[in-house]
Amino acid sequence: MKGSRYTPVLVLLAAVVAVQLLTFATGKDYYLTQLTMTAYYSLIALGLCLLMGFAGQISLGHAGFFAIGGYTSAVLTTLDLSSLKDNSFVSGLANLHVLAVRHDLYGGQTLSVHPWAACAIAVALALGVSWAIGIPVLKLKGHYLAMATLGFGTIIYSIVLATQRFGAADGISSVPPFPLLPGLSVSGGASLRVFNFYFAWLLVTVSMALLVNLIQSRVGRALRSIHGAEDAANAMGVDTARYKLSTFMLSAVLAALAGVFLTHFNGGIGPSEAAIMKSVRYVAIVAVGGMGSLWGTLIMSVVLNFLSLRGYFGTFDDAVFGGILIAIMLFAPDGIIGADLRRIVKKLARKSVSSR
Amino acid sequence: MIELFFQYLVAGLTYGTIYAIVGIGFNIIYNTTGIINFAQGEFVMLGGMTAVTLHAFLPLPLAIGGAVLITMLVGGLIEIAFIRWLVKPSVLRMIIITIGISILIREGALAVWGEGVRSLPYFTGNEVSALDLGGVRVSPQVLWASSVCSVIVFLLNLFFKHTMLGREMRACAANREAAALCGIPTDNMVTFSFVLSAGIGALAGCVVSPITYTQYNIGTGLAIKGFTVAILGGLGNSMAAVIAGLILGVLESFSIWVLPTAYKDVISISILLIMLFVRPNGLFGNREVMRLKDF
Repeated sequence: MKGSRYTPVLVLLAAVVAVQLLTFATGKDYYLTQLTMTAYYSLIALGLCLLMGFAGQISLGHAGFFAIGGYTSAVLTTLDLSSLKDNSFVSGLANLHVLAVRHDLYGGQTLSVHPWAACAIAVALALGVSWAIGIPVLKLKGHYLAMATLGFGTIIYSIVLATQRFGAADGISSVPPFPLLPGLSVSGGASLRVFNFYFAWLLVTVSMALLVNLIQSRVGRALRSIHGAEDAANAMGVDTARYKLSTFMLSAVLAALAGVFLTHFNGGIGPSEAAIMKSVRYVAIVAVGGMGSLWGTLIMSVVLNFLSLRGYFGTFDDAVFGGILIAIMLFAPDGIIGADLRRIVKKLARKSVSSR
Repeated sequence: MIELFFQYLVAGLTYGTIYAIVGIGFNIIYNTTGIINFAQGEFVMLGGMTAVTLHAFLPLPLAIGGAVLITMLVGGLIEIAFIRWLVKPSVLRMIIITIGISILIREGALAVWGEGVRSLPYFTGNEVSALDLGGVRVSPQVLWASSVCSVIVFLLNLFFKHTMLGREMRACAANREAAALCGIPTDNMVTFSFVLSAGIGALAGCVVSPITYTQYNIGTGLAIKGFTVAILGGLGNSMAAVIAGLILGVLESFSIWVLPTAYKDVISISILLIMLFVRPNGLFGNREVMRLKDF
């Protein structure tokens, strides 16, 4: 059975390579930019899928966690501490390589937080916030939970929009590249387009492998039991509160990571990334993907995000997602491809077992 | 200083009335269906926008009347098209559907009216006219808003207590199946609750339009404030929602003494979150009842 669990992950990896080769062969590498962004957005959708589809908890505030990741990284890597160079704390941090010297556009030197350190802080912050918010919020159900998470998302959006340090309505720009290997970094440069595409999708593939593993383990069964009947799960000895909280935190970290990397890739972040409509959009993707189908969510996320980023929906961008939400929930609350896909995967699994 | 205090108080009460009306709108639909209609704020926007458009060729009272009727029609149509025929939908499904509806209304409004900020003219006087109430200057529109809100609350009270339709709606809220067994057309009651709540929202949208202005995207913010009010007062309790609305409006108004205006929303939503965590059954709710209920 072990092989079959990861077969789709390998298929995904093959598809990623195939897409890159296809765009290279047809000379349409510029698609890779949107596909890279799609990968990061998919990361949020996957985390939300685990939360909504498996643990059964809705969140209308996940753009907030994306913003926490993106803005933390953007603020820390663009702030200038060179005036505090003589401060022993600052110089200590600089010696530990937590701070990095950069040359700005005008040839001057700035001392700011190293992207890796900023990323670690962003993830830690997302963990902390999701823990602090999650404990009280996840006790709520239904409308109360939806409104509380919506409220959280709105608070983050208002703070971002009202704070000068976060660039208010303009957002933060000129975020430096995120160095990975010598010469390779997460950034928007055309020369690194192919690398960035692979890096983003590798991140998605690894997350996917981890999530697939998770949902087929004890934890996954516990989560499904919470979705099915929380009280019954509790009675059976499942620590529902803990499972819900850790799922919430995991999805928050995925969203924050997506925020960090997309911000470095785009070289900036704006308040629209924190808007409620973004959160709703992620919920729409999970809903279309079939609420509880990771693969369905991934496929729909790729299709919808790519079309949206390429501008196929024009000015009706938000309306399309609203329409999708209504249509799916009215006519096919189980998603449009979720059920079928699971059947296909099962069939494949059976084949690989019998052929052994 | 004391004048400034009262000035803030009046401003807070003005916003408080509209929050209260949105909160009442939530309650009307919640009471008959158990649904929180996330598109509630959009009714307010729709009412204001339609009235502004109608006012181009109709006198003000007719424009407002027309706008209220059109919004009621929209509310009814939404219920018939999206909600009526669902058999026992889950809460999650209803939340997502009403969110989808709110997005469609908002995007529709953007397509029709654009991004511009609009407003109705002042009902009496203009921007600068003010009544002097013992040193505090109050715009006549504020009086319009608060009196319309009071009348709405008063009439609703009469309606639910003393008319056949109102009683049928309450029966539907208390126990839908029992109401159906008594021959009450529960489906129609649900449609009617959407019509009623859309109408109230639209009227509120018209009355406050001169003061707060109307834009295609004001709905979400109003919906969250309205929900805060509904929760503060205890979900389903319309009279308490009025008091809660005024409290929220005043708190928000005074918050700018402590924090910049831009953080006003943060204050009121924090109140919502704290309420949800501490007393999800509202300020006036019963603690004993709270223990038995699921939140």
